[in-house]
Amino acid sequence: MTVTRGFTGKQREKTEAERLPPGQALTTDFPVLSAGPTPQVKTEAWSFTLKHGPRPVAKWSWNGFNQLPQSKMTRDIHCVTTWSKFNTAWQGVMIDDILAAAGVDEPIQFALAHSFDGYSTNIPTADLIGGKAMVATLYEGKPITPDHGGPARLLVPHLYFWKSAKWINALQFTERDTAGFWEERGYHMYGDPWREQRYSGD
Amino acid sequence: MIEASKSPITPAIRWQKVTINKIQKRTPTVTSFFFTPSVLFSFRAGQHVEVRLTAPDGYRAQRAYSIASAPENSGSLELAIEKLETGEVSPFFHEAAQVGDEIELRGPIGGHFIWQGSDSGPILLAGAGSGVAPLMSMIRHHANTRSDVPMLLLLSARSWEDVIFRDELLALDEKKGAFKLVLTITREMPKREGDYGRRIDTPMLVEILKRLPSPLKRTYVCGSNPFVTVASEALVGAAVEPGSIRTERYGQ
Repeated sequence: MTVTRGFTGKQREKTEAERLPPGQALTTDFPVLSAGPTPQVKTEAWSFTLKHGPRPVAKWSWNGFNQLPQSKMTRDIHCVTTWSKFNTAWQGVMIDDILAAAGVDEPIQFALAHSFDGYSTNIPTADLIGGKAMVATLYEGKPITPDHGGPARLLVPHLYFWKSAKWINALQFTERDTAGFWEERGYHMYGDPWREQRYSGD
Repeated sequence: MIEASKSPITPAIRWQKVTINKIQKRTPTVTSFFFTPSVLFSFRAGQHVEVRLTAPDGYRAQRAYSIASAPENSGSLELAIEKLETGEVSPFFHEAAQVGDEIELRGPIGGHFIWQGSDSGPILLAGAGSGVAPLMSMIRHHANTRSDVPMLLLLSARSWEDVIFRDELLALDEKKGAFKLVLTITREMPKREGDYGRRIDTPMLVEILKRLPSPLKRTYVCGSNPFVTVASEALVGAAVEPGSIRTERYGQ
């Protein structure tokens, strides 16, 4: 199979009911969820580091990161607090392209996304590559506001939205699945909205 | 080399049937519902539960509500539910629910917005409207354990009538112990000395921090999305360390 870089296609047609995972309700607002105050991260001070365990593999400044290949994703998103929002439009750099730019061919099995405010969340690497996830810098064509995770946030739309770490500053590959901040506090290690994996043990 | 997984192994939080054992109107828009769980569980002050309602055609709706009662009283869980005109769960509680009704509930949930008696202080609690619920669990836990940790609640409400748990909070404040209450009433003049008559802002927080016996250790902020954003920015403006502020946001 030859995958076309940067092509994600239109959202395949489905009815509203088919697009809403169990236990979710549709909203047209964009609610905010966070554990503390909103960090104000200036783009001059922003950086993004790719790590293999403790070892940094590549690091970009804001300007350098924005020169990486750009892609767009329009996806439905599902928050563990039971709201879903359809057709959210994002732009940024696919994880595939970040890895290619860093010369990483075969990343190891698990990843932890780290944020400027010290929080983290774990995602299997397979859920980040193959056109599934990006580091987003634009929402609806405009810079992502700080309350929604700007300047840059992870976007892994097929998992509950806490996995789409706000204020991302590093992606760290790990040999084993290591619980992040919320996962240590009772949230599910994987977080599939279609299987209602909200909390540990679901 | 094989290493043991360090994934947390926690038992699933199971749905259970609970019975409404008491209904108590708190304010014109907020009513407390008390539930007897069929399987008792312990919880920590600040945690929440999920409530699930099922319609005859199988349609289900679930919502999260913070526990307002103290951890010492796990046999009767209090949820303070505000009536939201556009909701589907809160109108059920306000218009249909009766003592003796059974619903489904699971918990406890949440490992971040919690206060344990062993945590040192001073502690600032900042809430608005029904956002006082998890803070009330902390305050009741503080009172039940006769804690000497300084704890101050800054509670914002539209009017005196809208202050949830008002009489209980005033009685605790009048003990002149480790707990202090400061009200800020946004649509009326304040009634008590030391209370405010405006929305929470940085100058107010600077004054309130001076009423604490020593530097603030941790702050818990709970309320609607806009309230939490404004209050946590005002706290950062009052030189409170951002990492010491824990937030919980309600609704959309």
